Amino acid sequence: MLKERKEQTIVFKNKPRIIGNYSIVGPKEGKGPFGKMFDYVMKDDFFGEKTYEKAERKMLEHAIFGATDKAKLNPKDIDMLVCGDLLNQIITSSYAARAYDISYLGIFSACSAMALSIGIGASMVNAGYFQNVACATSSHFSTAERQFRFPLELGNQRPPTSQWTCTASGCTVISSEGRGPYIDSVTFGKVMDFGISDVNNMGAAMAPAAMETMISVFHDTKTTPDDYDLIITGDLGKLGAEILMDLMEQQGYKLRENYCDCGQMMFYYDQNVLMGGSGCGCSASIFNSYVIERLKTGQLKNVLYIATGALLSTTSCQQGESVPGIAHAIVVKSNVVTKSKTITKKEKNKIANKVEKQLSKFKSEEN
Amino acid sequence: METFLTYLYVFLVGGFVCMLGQILVIKTSLTSARILVSFVLLGVILEATTLYDYIYSFAKSGISVPIIGFGASLAKGAILASKTKGVLGVFTGGLEATAGGITAAVIFAFVFALIFKAKTKKS
Amino acid sequence: MDYTKRNIKYNEYVNSKIPKTRSWPSLFYAFIVGGLICMIGQGIGDGIRAIWPDLAGNAVSNYVSIILIFIASFLTGIGVYDRIGAFAGAGSIVPITGFSNSITSPAMDFKNEGIIFGLCVKMFSIAGPVIVIGVLSSAIVGLIYLFL
Repeated sequence: MLKERKEQTIVFKNKPRIIGNYSIVGPKEGKGPFGKMFDYVMKDDFFGEKTYEKAERKMLEHAIFGATDKAKLNPKDIDMLVCGDLLNQIITSSYAARAYDISYLGIFSACSAMALSIGIGASMVNAGYFQNVACATSSHFSTAERQFRFPLELGNQRPPTSQWTCTASGCTVISSEGRGPYIDSVTFGKVMDFGISDVNNMGAAMAPAAMETMISVFHDTKTTPDDYDLIITGDLGKLGAEILMDLMEQQGYKLRENYCDCGQMMFYYDQNVLMGGSGCGCSASIFNSYVIERLKTGQLKNVLYIATGALLSTTSCQQGESVPGIAHAIVVKSNVVTKSKTITKKEKNKIANKVEKQLSKFKSEEN
Repeated sequence: METFLTYLYVFLVGGFVCMLGQILVIKTSLTSARILVSFVLLGVILEATTLYDYIYSFAKSGISVPIIGFGASLAKGAILASKTKGVLGVFTGGLEATAGGITAAVIFAFVFALIFKAKTKKS
Repeated sequence: MDYTKRNIKYNEYVNSKIPKTRSWPSLFYAFIVGGLICMIGQGIGDGIRAIWPDLAGNAVSNYVSIILIFIASFLTGIGVYDRIGAFAGAGSIVPITGFSNSITSPAMDFKNEGIIFGLCVKMFSIAGPVIVIGVLSSAIVGLIYLFL
């Protein structure tokens, strides 16, 4: 139960395990390079709901159900739910939590919510307070666009540095028992503000925070970038990732081929997203699909995941404030040697159907 | 031949005005609301200095279809009414001249907003 | 450490990193689309004049505005105008059709928040300043002409 604190990093002695993971994305994300990896690809952005806000909520509920189902648990076995999203007063998380009879911890950390929720969840599990904790985030292009930018049908051009908020949601179930990849350490980041006031250039606003957190990870755990199989950042986008590589080189760390940015990974170049994806769902869905599946099969053994967030609101930027950035990091390790079989598309659909059924059943029970 | 020339002028002047707007977008990264505001202001100034009528004499719709025309009608209405009705005209003239456009925009926006649903951007 | 100096340096560095997009194609598209919309307006005006030759010039231009506003509002409703806008940029913002689009699009977007507090309140969230500045400046011009 003891934990060792080294400056910003907490190293977990009790190895909290990731036992369930689920990702759900919108149709545009489903056409991207990782489209086949996701558990469920929505056919349209409404997801059978009347408004985009309700669709986002349903996505989050779906993700939480899917992850618990994959962990072979009932939602009632989950001891705590840690959730975050982008909307004002984190309504998506709170309203999604309404469907569950679980203690709920709502967090706001902009796009870095996934790493923060996993960090909090893993700390709780490591300390022995809870056995199973579900950590989830979601984002939706249309709700974010409505809140932060312009109406959807307005005929304007997106500035060349802007990013595309991903319609995606991901959930991870962390448990004190079970097999699978475990969370080795978490680094809670500092808020960094380098005076970027362009709302359409979030990558540049978040890169310094990512640099700060990355350096403290390497410093605290006495590692170098080459020690990791994969280093992924949340949603810096093309420009932000280039800036981060430059900043890290100035600090004496060279990021090589094992470094990737989820915003860049999410879409193909010709999908017209300019600098790439953003939003908390962007890294959450890739982390909960590609990264964890590869960790489970043992193809990846040591992954550093840094989720970045731009902590702005429409009020603050209208008042001319600059955009502060935040980044949280988690290190996930795997000691799996055997190769398990990959899930086929048929099985994937089966799981999705099962989740759907359970969800409706659960809701009718509630009523 | 005359119609052809008129349409050519309309195309050239209208296109040029829009290109000015695009230069503003690229150079200053203004949002569309600010572009519209600055062009309305430009229209009012052009009308006040009587330059608008000179451009309109050959460019026709090329200058009246861009939002400059809206600003010019506002100013024209206010100027004419201030001459006939005095101080009251200053208050009523502008909107009186543009009432058709604003009312149309409100009515159609209301009706179509009720009928259609906003869709996610494709690009 | 001097934060202001660091921030200025970082901002300069970021500005040098921002990819330079070629602006010529977008200027060209804005020119073409803007010119075409104006030509459509001229065509509608000529059509009205041909059918009702007795109409005053002022009434004709009012009708032209109303018809263009209707077309743009409809195109916004069926989700075409934002695609034209993504292609043409200011070419579809500066004409009166852009004004119509900027009223219809927030109205559509905020329909879900209710007719009064959503649709009606947000209708002028983008075009509101246009009317405010237009009315304000025209009143000033009228006042000046009153004393001339």
